[in-house]
Amino acid sequence: MKTHLRILFLVTAVLAVTQAYGLDTATHEAPPPWSMADRYWGAEKMAPARQAAQAEAGSQKNLFLMADRFEGQLVDNKESLLWDVQGWYGGDLHKLWIKTEGDYDLDADKVEEAELQALWSRAITPYFNGQAGVRYDPEPGSLTHGVVGIHGLAPYWFEVDAAAFVSERGNLTARLEAEYELLLTQRLVLQSRAELELAAQRVTERELGAGVTSLDLGARLRYEIVPEVAPYIGVEWQTALGETADMAEASGADPSRTAFVAGFRLWF
Amino acid sequence: MFSRRKFLQFVAGAGAACGAVSLLPAWARSATEGNFGLPALTGTEFDLTIGKFPVRIDGRMTEAIGVNGSVPAPLIRLREGDEVTLNVTNALAEDTSIHWHGLLVPFHMDGVPGVSFPGIKPGKTFTYRFVVPQNGTYWYHSHSGLQEQLGHYGPIIIEPKGSNSVPYDREYVLMLGDWTFASPHRIFSKLKKNGESLNFQQRTLRDLVNDAARHGLTATLKDRAAWGAMRMSPRDIADVGGATYTYVINGRSTADNFDMMFVPGERVRLRIINAAAMSLFNVRLPGLPMTVVQADGLNVQPLEIDELQIGVAETYDVIVKPAEERTYAFVAESIDRSGQAVATLATRAGARAEEPEMRRVPLLGIKDMGMNHGDMVAGGDMKNGMGHGSMMMSETHGGEARFHSPEANIERGPEVANVAAMPTSRLGEPGVGLENVPHRTLRYADLRSLEPNPDSRQAGRELVVHLTGNMERYTWSFDGVRFSEVDKPIVFHEGERVRLTMINDTMMPHPVHLHGMFFELVNGGENHRPRKHTVVVKPGEKLSVDVSAEHVGDWAFHCHLLYHMHAGMMQVVSVLPASGASAPAGHRPGPGQPSHHPSMEHGDTPHGGTNS
Repeated sequence: MKTHLRILFLVTAVLAVTQAYGLDTATHEAPPPWSMADRYWGAEKMAPARQAAQAEAGSQKNLFLMADRFEGQLVDNKESLLWDVQGWYGGDLHKLWIKTEGDYDLDADKVEEAELQALWSRAITPYFNGQAGVRYDPEPGSLTHGVVGIHGLAPYWFEVDAAAFVSERGNLTARLEAEYELLLTQRLVLQSRAELELAAQRVTERELGAGVTSLDLGARLRYEIVPEVAPYIGVEWQTALGETADMAEASGADPSRTAFVAGFRLWF
Repeated sequence: MFSRRKFLQFVAGAGAACGAVSLLPAWARSATEGNFGLPALTGTEFDLTIGKFPVRIDGRMTEAIGVNGSVPAPLIRLREGDEVTLNVTNALAEDTSIHWHGLLVPFHMDGVPGVSFPGIKPGKTFTYRFVVPQNGTYWYHSHSGLQEQLGHYGPIIIEPKGSNSVPYDREYVLMLGDWTFASPHRIFSKLKKNGESLNFQQRTLRDLVNDAARHGLTATLKDRAAWGAMRMSPRDIADVGGATYTYVINGRSTADNFDMMFVPGERVRLRIINAAAMSLFNVRLPGLPMTVVQADGLNVQPLEIDELQIGVAETYDVIVKPAEERTYAFVAESIDRSGQAVATLATRAGARAEEPEMRRVPLLGIKDMGMNHGDMVAGGDMKNGMGHGSMMMSETHGGEARFHSPEANIERGPEVANVAAMPTSRLGEPGVGLENVPHRTLRYADLRSLEPNPDSRQAGRELVVHLTGNMERYTWSFDGVRFSEVDKPIVFHEGERVRLTMINDTMMPHPVHLHGMFFELVNGGENHRPRKHTVVVKPGEKLSVDVSAEHVGDWAFHCHLLYHMHAGMMQVVSVLPASGASAPAGHRPGPGQPSHHPSMEHGDTPHGGTNS
């Protein structure tokens, strides 16, 4: 079963790359849109020049990588390392979009949680992309999900990422993230973020109850040495909610925690 | 003592000895040493070599792409009516080209790779041949990749056949540019990934506090909400600003000081060419009025002003008459006021003008979104059915034409963030940031050609083109279609007169350039409308030009902001031969152009170009 899903994951990733590459590349079949210069210089010389000129004005591909959060977290004297990295490759409309997020417990010296998503992203409105693909979590406990979501810029400059996940065991969960950046100066930026997680049913192996499962609220103050490199400090408050909180309390854990964070925001 | 001149000669000698002539850039010689600050070439046969070489700009060594080791490229002086030969050798490792901006040359000599010729391969020489069809101030530049950003541009001055109708005692060329020490491809990819990262003039918390103190908190929050709801920024004035660019005049920054000399009482002609990749400039000489005598190479009725905004690729010739023995600053300020380049006009060599302080950063307004609720002129009655050719043109101030106009149905989508709901004429405005300056500014509405327009026919049809884009994704296009996706050109027919109406659905001014024909700006000038090769269409503006399609060929039509063109804001206008003249060998010559054209039989082109 798992092997099949991993194969499915790979196939989807490959398909997404193909989509990202293929659909933005115009295929100009005969007749050429204009050809009067062919009479002077020959069609065999003009055809490649025409294709190159068109490709050079609109169908370029770009590669983007950003570690929005790459930080050390301190919670009650326990240290961990968190990463939240995104990247894409593609043209204006179609992209292969990669997201990975996780944390590494420095005291226990092990990856606590990790996920990797490979999505095909399609621009659907001026500011939003529709995204679909696969999510694979190596920890805690190997698990694969199908993903459908939207990502983009909501009115009033809120960057929004909303996705629904269906696990290989048939569980439905969802995540809603929103970020807002307040410019204190041209270089000093206060990033506020909120993350809400939901589950349609109880997911015992992930200690999730049905309903709203958790809320994270964070604020990070960064200084952009250059826009691509910005060290930051911040604080994040995380709490389990509803049935999930009850489950945590029942097992003797504190459903809320506050983390002090310091890290770098990097992109290229 | 080591004089400056001796030092320069020493440097030149040392440079030549090292076999690196380019170590002495053209600008190392000042205008006061008897030239334009640029090497000048004259005659009828020219050898131009396009190469990459080190130059020093603003005190920093860097690498440029230029012509014959010069950045800007050498001044080419031509005479109207001469048949000229220009042998262009590509010493780069990539394809290159030269486009003669504004010159009405036969289309296969126009120099646009993939449209009018195949481009010039590395190591090859391409020969351009044409009869110089006009006179005035023009320029030339690469139409390949992003080479223009790296210095591949130079001025052209064409002497008229007859006597010059504009008297002057002394002249200078001022080529405005936006140099970058970064890679242009990196700039473009940053615009695609995170366009805001190049703008260091965004509104901050401090602006919020200041505005609240000045206008009240409620009004300020309402203003912020209005912009926030649109996901647009009133500070989105230039895509690339002074943090990335070093603004230059003839390749010299303010610190490098391009200095010009005058004798009090002289009429000094300044030929101003905006050769920047992305920057519109506000141009002024504080304390010295300018009289505009030429726009885009064609003479205009003299117009005295104090400041003008020049779009990328536009040219303005102005006469200044400094009477006092003093030093004047020639200021080219980027429209977002993130930087400026200052040159000196003085009575002695080596003087340095005082750099004026940069003025306040302007803000865009609701009009720039194409939503002017006060002006309903461009309303629905435009569509009231009047057939092709049935004209009831009422040329008002803004030049509204009322006839059936085919117009693509533009809808919002990933590549079109906005469609101007109420586009208006903005010909009476001087451009963003100059609305409230306390002196006279140049407005398109005031420009009048000196000579009566050569073609007084009314347009037979109107064609509407939307200038579209999405700043967030950095997509730019005409009618929502990037050049890479274009599958048919805009078609004109030889001999026809077309009204081209452009609607700017974006919040950026777009300097739109059509190769091979002039735009006759419908600005209320009757038969003295200015004719221009490049017209700035302001944000939210609806602007019309009449075009006489005289020269058969495929002609590039594009926004002259380099990265907008690179993103896809380009089309081809195909001027098809009049019926009957079926399948001629392309171009039908206009007046003053050679009647013979290359035969294709052996691929040899005795009177056209050759690619060897």
